[in-house]
Amino acid sequence: MKIIVFQLGDEEYGISVEEVQSIEKIQHITRVPGVKKYVKGVINLRGVITPIIDLRTRFNLQEQLNHELTRIIMVRLNDVEAGLIVDAANDVVDIDEKTIASVPETVEGTAVEYLNGVVKVDSRLIVLLNLPKVLSLEDHLQ
Amino acid sequence: MDMNQYLEVFIEESREHLQNVNDQLIRFEKNTDDLGYVNEIFRSAHTLKGMSATMGFDDLAQLTHKMENVLDAVRNHQLDVHTEVLDALFESVDALEIMVQSISEGGDGQLDVKLLVQKLQRIVAEEPVAQHAASSIEYDELVQTLLSQTADQGFNAFEITVQLERTCLLKAARAYMVFDVLEQAGDVIKSAPTVQDIEQEKFESSFIVILVTNESQEKLQASLMEVSEVESVKIAAVPVKKETEMEELVSPEVAAAIQEVTVSAPSKSPVEEKRQPSNNKTIRVNIDRLDSLMNLFEELVIDRGRLEQISKELNNSELDETVERMSRISGDLQTIILNMRMVPVETVFNRFPRMVRQLSKDLGKQIELQIVGADTELDRTVIDEIGDPLVHLLRNAVDHGIEMPQARLENGKNEKGTIRLKAYHSGNHVFIDLEDDGAGINREKILQKALDRGIIDEKTAETLTDKQVYELIFASGFSTAEQISDVSGRGVGLDVVKNTIESLGGSVTIDSNEGYGSRFSIQLPLTLSIISALLVQMSEERYALPLSSIIETAIVQPKEVMHVHGQKVIDFRGAIIPLIDLKELFTVPNSVQGDHYSVVIVKKGEKTAGLIVDSFIGQQEIVLKSLGHYLPGVFAISGATILGDGQVALIIDCNALIK
Repeated sequence: MKIIVFQLGDEEYGISVEEVQSIEKIQHITRVPGVKKYVKGVINLRGVITPIIDLRTRFNLQEQLNHELTRIIMVRLNDVEAGLIVDAANDVVDIDEKTIASVPETVEGTAVEYLNGVVKVDSRLIVLLNLPKVLSLEDHLQ
Repeated sequence: MDMNQYLEVFIEESREHLQNVNDQLIRFEKNTDDLGYVNEIFRSAHTLKGMSATMGFDDLAQLTHKMENVLDAVRNHQLDVHTEVLDALFESVDALEIMVQSISEGGDGQLDVKLLVQKLQRIVAEEPVAQHAASSIEYDELVQTLLSQTADQGFNAFEITVQLERTCLLKAARAYMVFDVLEQAGDVIKSAPTVQDIEQEKFESSFIVILVTNESQEKLQASLMEVSEVESVKIAAVPVKKETEMEELVSPEVAAAIQEVTVSAPSKSPVEEKRQPSNNKTIRVNIDRLDSLMNLFEELVIDRGRLEQISKELNNSELDETVERMSRISGDLQTIILNMRMVPVETVFNRFPRMVRQLSKDLGKQIELQIVGADTELDRTVIDEIGDPLVHLLRNAVDHGIEMPQARLENGKNEKGTIRLKAYHSGNHVFIDLEDDGAGINREKILQKALDRGIIDEKTAETLTDKQVYELIFASGFSTAEQISDVSGRGVGLDVVKNTIESLGGSVTIDSNEGYGSRFSIQLPLTLSIISALLVQMSEERYALPLSSIIETAIVQPKEVMHVHGQKVIDFRGAIIPLIDLKELFTVPNSVQGDHYSVVIVKKGEKTAGLIVDSFIGQQEIVLKSLGHYLPGVFAISGATILGDGQVALIIDCNALIK
């Protein structure tokens, strides 16, 4: 299966291309009051109001300022559309689903439940994102 | 050209006609003297019959045909209108609706209508004046008067029974010939059946006429028998008292009436000639097309905003002028497009009188349904959704709200209960209130049930306010009817109501006064996807406030702000209204308070409040967009819009801010 590899801090994460709609440059985000901290707000994506989630905050990673390489990965799951802020979107790789290993219990700073497993591509270790969990409709309101 | 295309039109039109029949029946029931309603019903039923026969839905056609017979008898005064007749008609409409529904769902529209058909047939057969077999003729006052007058002038009056051969094919033609002979001999002053019916062959094989003539009986007999296919002619002299004291002259009206009987009018009955002019011309447009038109237009509005901004920055007078004109035209266009999508709530309400009638009948209650504001308009998408919740609430009011007539009388109330359905606009919302003057809600009963069903525990039960207790009936798995009835009370209804209305972005509240009734108030968004709004600035952020909620804007000096119970208030035109600091509420970053407050005074119904912002940007048309499925129910935010520069501004829901 093909995955899109992106960077969060020093680590590389992967998400299936099937789930990705597009990759956008960072743009003005309108803050929405009264929602969880990881919901950065909403953007206008070609006429559609789309919520933006900061994965760094979501995974309790060190917050970073947006920079030149910061990207928003637009994902879609059923009828939920959202953008994920990542430090960089690197490339697309082909992986063999059989090589996916389970996540070690001690992945630093990241709640294990948000991950599907890890996969090794050459010398790179890529953590696979569990998108339904990340977008789960738990209470986003404060 | 496929059949489906016609089928859609057929279904749509059938529904319209059925609705019309329903409406008129209800009105007719209230005022059975007005035969105008019957004519209206007859026309709709007739059209329906024709359409369904063309489309090959035989059961539909058959049933409407029988309905027509009954209606025809009613409008010709041959049938007294009583409950049985009305019930049979209502039942038939129900059956027709089921058939049309089946057709619209891809079925064949077949239904066993034998019983109904028989019922209708029986009704027509019971007509007091037999239409098909004329056996006697009535001598009413008019005839008597005429007869006595003619007798004074020396004319003879005969009652002539003409029997045509049973094999006769063109009965009307033969009858015409008979009349021809009769009229040469004298004047026909009455016939049974009526001349119109005879012309339309609405008789078996015999008819009776009263003839005034100076010819002899034998001569008449002979000339009548000359007409072919006449089997027999019976002539009997009418015994007439020469009552010369009957001085009354024939009034012009009566004279006209006589003429109508004697002079065989060559064309249709007067009823058909009264056809009303049809309504405005309309075309049917698929709702999807309207939706895509709307979507395209929204894009245009966003670009228009952008264009306005650019032209302002460039300050070129020619550009300004063009942009301004474009704005004006697109403004008009917008009005038209929005109006096209608006539908009066009537389309939902109109099936309720019927429903309430049936329900109250089933339950043995007397209920009057009053509908106010049926012309209030709502967006089509909302209209489509509110029908079911309203049905639930209405059923609930009929079943649980209104008491039995006996109980009402004992409580000193009018035997007849009243349910009021009222729709009206307020702000950018439409309110639909459902009030009944029934028993109201019993707090203790509700609490007990809630405890029994484990919805709440005893501790919370004590602390709940009345309103919170009433809210409990919206909890799922709650039913307060002592007995589960067919009408409502399975406990599935009301929580569905709440969910549906909330999914539409609305809310439902209950008020009740035990012993005096309850009120369910539904608040619905207009879902005008384009609204006028005031843009305001708070620090770096911009928000939109729907203009429909705003009363005015004001600049308030800090010294004018007072405190009540820790709440900032101001004196606004003599009223003390609360101030809400939006920057605080929305935790706007980097906010600094200036040396005065910019306040937007907003309203919700009767209540008002002041919202503190940094500054006012201006008024603009904005396209209302949802925040999407990921962010449902953000407090005090009803949606978002895209501004001219492509950025998103949130729309503040003033209704949520005012308690």
